[in-house]
Amino acid sequence: MTVLTMPAQPAQDVTPRPVPWQRMIWVTWRQHRAMLISLTAVLGAVAIFLFAMGLWVHHNFSVLMACAAATPNDCGALNQSFNNTDWTTANTLLILMNLAPALIGAFTGPAVMARELETGTFRYAWTQGIGRVRWAIAKLVLLGVVIAVLTWAFSQIFEWFFAPFLQQQNTLTVLSKTVFDTRGIAFAAWCLAAFAIGAFLGMLLRRAIGAMAATLGVYLGLQLVTWLFLTKHYPVSVVTSNASLFTGGVSSSLNGLPSTAPDNSPWVLATWNVGHTSWWRYIPVSRFWPMQFIEAGWLLVLAVVLGAATVWLVRRRAA
Amino acid sequence: MNVIETRGLGKRYGNAWALRDCTLAIPEGHLVGLVGPNGAGKSTLMNLLAGLSVPTAGTVTVLGGRPAGSPAALDGIAFMAQDAPLYKHFSAGDMIHLTRNLNRQFDEAYARQRLDGLGIPLKKTSGKLSGGQQAQLALTLALARRPRMLILDEPLAALDPLAREDFMTTVMTAMTDNGVSVLLSSHALAELERIADYLIVLGAGEVRIAGEADDLVDSHQVLSGPAAAADAYAARLAVVQDRRAAAQAHLLVRSSDQPVPPGWEAHPVSLEELVMAYLRAPGAIGKQQPARIEQAEAAR
Repeated sequence: MTVLTMPAQPAQDVTPRPVPWQRMIWVTWRQHRAMLISLTAVLGAVAIFLFAMGLWVHHNFSVLMACAAATPNDCGALNQSFNNTDWTTANTLLILMNLAPALIGAFTGPAVMARELETGTFRYAWTQGIGRVRWAIAKLVLLGVVIAVLTWAFSQIFEWFFAPFLQQQNTLTVLSKTVFDTRGIAFAAWCLAAFAIGAFLGMLLRRAIGAMAATLGVYLGLQLVTWLFLTKHYPVSVVTSNASLFTGGVSSSLNGLPSTAPDNSPWVLATWNVGHTSWWRYIPVSRFWPMQFIEAGWLLVLAVVLGAATVWLVRRRAA
Repeated sequence: MNVIETRGLGKRYGNAWALRDCTLAIPEGHLVGLVGPNGAGKSTLMNLLAGLSVPTAGTVTVLGGRPAGSPAALDGIAFMAQDAPLYKHFSAGDMIHLTRNLNRQFDEAYARQRLDGLGIPLKKTSGKLSGGQQAQLALTLALARRPRMLILDEPLAALDPLAREDFMTTVMTAMTDNGVSVLLSSHALAELERIADYLIVLGAGEVRIAGEADDLVDSHQVLSGPAAAADAYAARLAVVQDRRAAAQAHLLVRSSDQPVPPGWEAHPVSLEELVMAYLRAPGAIGKQQPARIEQAEAAR
């Protein structure tokens, strides 16, 4: 009797074709365009400033270099001017560059999930045919890629802007703690990790504002731990002695241990004397790229793990 | 096919059970009214059906055995949560575009036509629409997905009487035109009673009674007779509610084959009376009802 009233069930109806991933591109753009536009606008404005300032700095620096080549003793005023104005500005920008990933992460990450929970719209979003797991994965990946690309491009401009100071400031190398993370691929990797930290904390705490503060705290803690404990364990250090560096071979004038590495690298891990020879274990500046890949590598892994944890929280979060 | 099937379904928040031991088997094609006071577990049950929550105990499937929350289930169910959550900064047109992108099938022409008919401008942000318009927009988005089942959590609460009428007309049209099954919750009993042809009565997290409205009315009656003989008589019956007034006793009972004894009179019971009685009664009797339906299902 009831068999007649049961509608035919086509087989494909039971396991429907999933909603295509690319549909999420428009969804992500529409939902986060205000954030993406303002991020691009701020980075773009700073990039234009860096470009203009960079032209000026590069000009000043080439004048200084020309002077140093021609009349090395008459360049005091030029040198002082470069130090006082250009370097002061650049140093401030360098500090801001080190803080930028934290700010970018706090600005972009927490809102992605927390806003949905705060406004109750997750009850709309998570009951659509696409399913909440696909929805979350697509959003995190798309936003993460865009943020990584934008910040990478930005760091390239900063790298160009900052180049003269690496030559002019004796104590600075590309491995200096404040410099290393602003160039290469490390800056983008830190920004991506900060975004992932923000998104995860937003989902965990369910409050955007609280998650923003927590993101800043966690990011700065992570960077501190990296500087203090992690970087020196990157497997890129070498052992060398001053015997191979100085033709004399013997440095009888040596008092105690040398504090700086032969190439000014800040990563002197160990020093010891054998007879009249000093030995270093340090990370040479030439290992910049291996270090960049190591750092960006583990940051990428961290970002992926945090992204997966965020999706896991989305999946198990009950209404 | 059962659009809703639950077995021993329970949801616990902390130490408190929001819903427990819920067993239902609801065939398709009904407008199911989910009745109960605030905090009875209506939203909890709906969230479980929509896949927003995961059960603490028991199982829940929809649309003929699809696990709630699975892609297959989400594909066939449109859920309209309480207060119709929409993205406040999205225009109605954006919400259409968004919902189209988030679903396998979406009837955009229908959605546009309906909003046009309702006089909801596509360019206006949903946060600036009136409460009734927001509910209508959410309903339009849900229906344009061409769902097999529509789950509406307190959709009428924020609407004025006219908007309620319009809203329910749309729901009824979808039912007759597209064969959509509807589950609708409300704490306004009188209203639900008017429109629902199947009722689930929830009280304190438990199903008190569930069944087709006509069956419920037919299977219950009020027996009036002398209070003196009531206790002896009541002991032989399934009494839902026992009201005594001086010399008269009024027993709301499940109908039985036993003849009415002399001195007693049987009256039919109204649906509202019946639901009120089950809401006041402890769950013991009501809980037998889903089992009866289940048996009927199994017998098919």
